[in-house]
Amino acid sequence: MSIPFYVSPEQLTKDRAEFARKGIARGRPVLVASCAEGVLFVAENPSPSLHKIAEIHDRIGFAGVGKYHEFETLRVAGVRYADLRGYAYDRADVSARALAGAYAQTLGSTFAQESKPFEVEILLAQVGRAPQQDEIYRVGYDGSVLDEPGYAVAGGAHDVLATALRDRLDPTAPLAQVYAVATQALRRDDVPPAPLEVALLDRTRPRRTFRRLEGDLLAAGDLDAAPEPEDRRPRSSNPQTQHPDHPRPDDRQA
Amino acid sequence: MTAYRPGIATGAPSDRPGLPAAYLSATTSSFTAFLGAHAPELLPPTLTEVPGVGDLGASHGAAHGTTIVAVAFPGGVVMAGDRRATAGHLIANRAIDKVFVADENSLVGIAGVAGIATELVALYQMELEHYEKIEGAPLSLEGRANRLRTMIRGNLGLALRGLPVVPLFAGYAQGRGRIFCYDVAGGCYEERDHAGVGSGSLFARGALKKLWRPGLDADGALRIAVEALYDAADDDTGTGGPDLARRIYPTCGIVDADGARLVGDDTLAQVVAALVDRRRAQSGAGG
Repeated sequence: MSIPFYVSPEQLTKDRAEFARKGIARGRPVLVASCAEGVLFVAENPSPSLHKIAEIHDRIGFAGVGKYHEFETLRVAGVRYADLRGYAYDRADVSARALAGAYAQTLGSTFAQESKPFEVEILLAQVGRAPQQDEIYRVGYDGSVLDEPGYAVAGGAHDVLATALRDRLDPTAPLAQVYAVATQALRRDDVPPAPLEVALLDRTRPRRTFRRLEGDLLAAGDLDAAPEPEDRRPRSSNPQTQHPDHPRPDDRQA
Repeated sequence: MTAYRPGIATGAPSDRPGLPAAYLSATTSSFTAFLGAHAPELLPPTLTEVPGVGDLGASHGAAHGTTIVAVAFPGGVVMAGDRRATAGHLIANRAIDKVFVADENSLVGIAGVAGIATELVALYQMELEHYEKIEGAPLSLEGRANRLRTMIRGNLGLALRGLPVVPLFAGYAQGRGRIFCYDVAGGCYEERDHAGVGSGSLFARGALKKLWRPGLDADGALRIAVEALYDAADDDTGTGGPDLARRIYPTCGIVDADGARLVGDDTLAQVVAALVDRRRAQSGAGG
């Protein structure tokens, strides 16, 4: 019978953290930033079909870096979590903060208990009525959650990027300006540029705020060049309160 | 040593905090299947949860609806449903909705027990949206029609106990509108020109046979759908007519190249007023 080597818990944690960090640093960074029109997501992504940026719910967007199949698993889990909540209660009761907590628990316990931690970092954003009400969370491979108002970066060299952006990003600036600053920061001299994946949580839309954007149109400052069809997603989970012209006793919004 | 599975608990489901294994599995894009595995209490009731024998609908006074019609025109479909729910001889509600926007380009209307019908529509709407988010693309129109079929089939046990629900589904794909009709067992049949379900559908479909003609436009289709419901309300106690005093008009939806949307009450007020004026002129003073 072989006797396993003793490894101190401190060393074990350190090794795992280093392992996860290495995996994440290999990926290209993702940036999430508030702007006047909503919350902007930008990522360098060579693949047009394997997305790094995705919709979770009406007001919540998701971005992942690291191993694709791992953050894809977390994205699907996030959609299930949000839809289950929205179905059991109401669409308005789905929040990014609760989902960030669920992700943190999953990543944290996997980091501590499983033989291999997730090699991912997650950015979650929830768009509000004004840039000050936007919420941006960064969930790390070890389950750490950071609330990063204004903007957040994940992936390779994220700390360098975040420092570089500190004075240049204004969360109340128009979309085209924030986009220009973001793309400039993402491009690096030593790495050939990859196509950009761009999405916006559009705060002017009533329900489904997530929309994918063409970077070229944005660069030209023309957001309305690709108008989205009208948003007709149901406004509530209960079909009996969805008709816009049928007022209900508790219909206080509008 | 156990095989590595990222994020999936290796023993009993509760041995690791965080999202349970059902959330992290990649086996299904269906919200209903996910609920069945993880939160079955949120699914509509099945026969096993309602034990005993006898007709539940009659003995417990569950609210029933009514009449839904769908009318095809070149390039789309109009769907309309009355607003009444009845419980036995009483009117349980005079303003419920039975026609809904299912997703960006389809409509669903449901006749039968109001509670189960509403529950099924909520689940169906979430099912379609969930699939679209997980897969990154919406289900095909036939796929959506078939999904509804299995959901209705799941209610067959309750239907046999007096709690039936029967939907009508209409969508737009490849340049034309299509109508799908169902029976309580989940059978799904495509209809060409017009269709109706519910207690008053016999009268509504009779009216549609005389009113429908090829080459209708959207406004014309809306007019005859409302007129067919008016005739159904004339002869069926389960179907409510337009209530001009309370401004309660049928719930109407249109699906065409611009997508699915509900018709505003302003438009319906005009359609109903014109219809009532015409009927009044035809019937003279006697009514």
